[in-house]
Amino acid sequence: MVVSHSQSAALTAAAPMGPPRSLWADARARFFRNRAAVGGLVVLGLVAGFAIFGPFVAQHSIEEINWSILGKVDDAGGPCFLSGPDNEIPPCSETGHWFGTDAQARDLFARTVQGTQISLMVGVVGALIAVLVGTIYGAVSGYFGGRLDNMMMRVVDVLMSVPYMFVLILLLVVFGRSILMLFIGIGLISWLDMARIARGQTLSLRSRDFIEAAIATGVHPFRIILRHIVPNLLGVVIVYATLLVPSMIIYESFISFLGLGVQEPLTSWGALINEGADQMRQGLWMLLIPLAFFVVSLFGFFFVGDGLRDALDPKDR
Amino acid sequence: MTDVLLETRDLDVTFDIAKRGAMPWTRPDALQAVSKANLTVHRGETLGLVGESGSGKSTLARAIVGTVRPTGGRVLWKGRDITALKPAERRAHGRHVQMVFQDPLAALDPRMNVGQIIAEPLKTHRGDLDAKEQRRRVGEMMERVGLLPNLQNRYPHEFSGGQCQRIGIARALITEPELVICDEPVSALDVSVQAQVVNLLKGLQKDMGLSLMFIAHDLSVVRHISSRIDVLYLGRIVETGTAAEVTGAPKHPYTRALISSVPIPDPRLERTRHRPVLKGELPSPMDPPSGCVFRTRCPIARESCAEARPPLLEAAPGHCVACPFYEDAGAMGGAVSA
Repeated sequence: MVVSHSQSAALTAAAPMGPPRSLWADARARFFRNRAAVGGLVVLGLVAGFAIFGPFVAQHSIEEINWSILGKVDDAGGPCFLSGPDNEIPPCSETGHWFGTDAQARDLFARTVQGTQISLMVGVVGALIAVLVGTIYGAVSGYFGGRLDNMMMRVVDVLMSVPYMFVLILLLVVFGRSILMLFIGIGLISWLDMARIARGQTLSLRSRDFIEAAIATGVHPFRIILRHIVPNLLGVVIVYATLLVPSMIIYESFISFLGLGVQEPLTSWGALINEGADQMRQGLWMLLIPLAFFVVSLFGFFFVGDGLRDALDPKDR
Repeated sequence: MTDVLLETRDLDVTFDIAKRGAMPWTRPDALQAVSKANLTVHRGETLGLVGESGSGKSTLARAIVGTVRPTGGRVLWKGRDITALKPAERRAHGRHVQMVFQDPLAALDPRMNVGQIIAEPLKTHRGDLDAKEQRRRVGEMMERVGLLPNLQNRYPHEFSGGQCQRIGIARALITEPELVICDEPVSALDVSVQAQVVNLLKGLQKDMGLSLMFIAHDLSVVRHISSRIDVLYLGRIVETGTAAEVTGAPKHPYTRALISSVPIPDPRLERTRHRPVLKGELPSPMDPPSGCVFRTRCPIARESCAEARPPLLEAAPGHCVACPFYEDAGAMGGAVSA
């Protein structure tokens, strides 16, 4: 031992107390102190639970037409919890149409569950592609810099300048409407912004001493990117990803609203809202119910995203 | 002592600085951070590197560890040129030369715990060791630098500056390198902690037979730890010699001024001594003066100083000075009675 006894005693006294606190643990504690964020998380949990367990609760399939209601949907198709003596809506014990039916007399509850599944999936897959591809792409570009960086970022610029909505519509028209095509289209564009953000952060990280220490130690560049750059990017990336999910859902809804998204009998929030908007005058519930899910979930994502940003980046508050 | 570990021969480092509003094809300005530096580190010795900020000390160190690419000259490790190595071989060489940084906290990855940080060089260079053996060695090294080994799962921000620097030292020593380059390892620390860290380095050097390259702008610290000292001015080595000679009998007018700036902890001596004070600022390394770069601030400069770069002259055995008129500088005074 080099350190004298008194010295090591002083060090013991100065040693940190309590359980180890990683930056992640700190952020978690800050996040859970944020009421709006926790509320958003709870709402998202409920919506996700709805999408997962809804099919077991639904009394009908998404394509089954209730012939006894077809033709008088405007009067008898409403949500069954509204049934009473002054309207024609049959009681829940009879039909099980909790959310009523759509214009074709199909169970709206089952269809909303299914639409929620598709919309959430689109949002999450889009954000996941953005996180995986965008982060690595941006980190590589920013870390190596120079000519490679220039080339990689020009590719991003070119892709960004393509009017993606137009391309997406063309893709869906040419290759037929399918969920896969939708995922491909959304995946193609979602990572571009993420790549730019990750690159910018990497540029500032690269000049930090701990990266230089790793280079001086002789760590392989790709290991530096994976072990040092990416974990330090993750805070920004996660925040951006949670804010990306709702915008992906909005893209998909817009495409579906135009009638180009998922194919019947499958549906999504956008498609449901579109159909509901057509029936607005007679059956307002067909618009309001999917719209409520859409709005509430988007708020949930935004609150969680804001909470994460505050939690992971306390300096910026 | 004659066993040469590391040598630089005419090492140049030039940075390209893009002009403001420059077009991609205009030639960038060149900033010469290090110019024709020759230095030698022997096995087991400590080489001190002093100079004011902007004199190229850190750049020289970075060129040696390989985070900055030299634009000219060679870095010889036991006689072998390491600037010409393939990238993979160059990385593997990192095992022998490690670095300790100035800002102790910034040099540690905030997302990793202490155990992971210290183990990283082991993971990189000693893949043959299993995780258990790595943990054992990390614990052992932490104890050696005066940290409790049970703090392995703590994070850097939970430690004080001095403790962080100990973590940095543990990381540098874990692969048992032969040379450790300390880039101002104590200038960010409290004075009381400075002494602890310097003594820790000294003790570890003795125990492990390390060579150290110790960079600082604080002469009193360098004098305490170094066996030899090189003085840098604007990227040029202007004086080199044993620590006692350079601090006790400085020859170069710049070294004299530098040493006279160290306060003597005795008010009576301090009041009576003659202190040559340098006029002006460090010239821009983008446009260094011709000939001797120090002539713009030198009290004994003559016209001939602008003509050619002065060679290193041997004033005494092993004591070299890049000033042909160093004997005239004697009138300046400024030596510290150490």
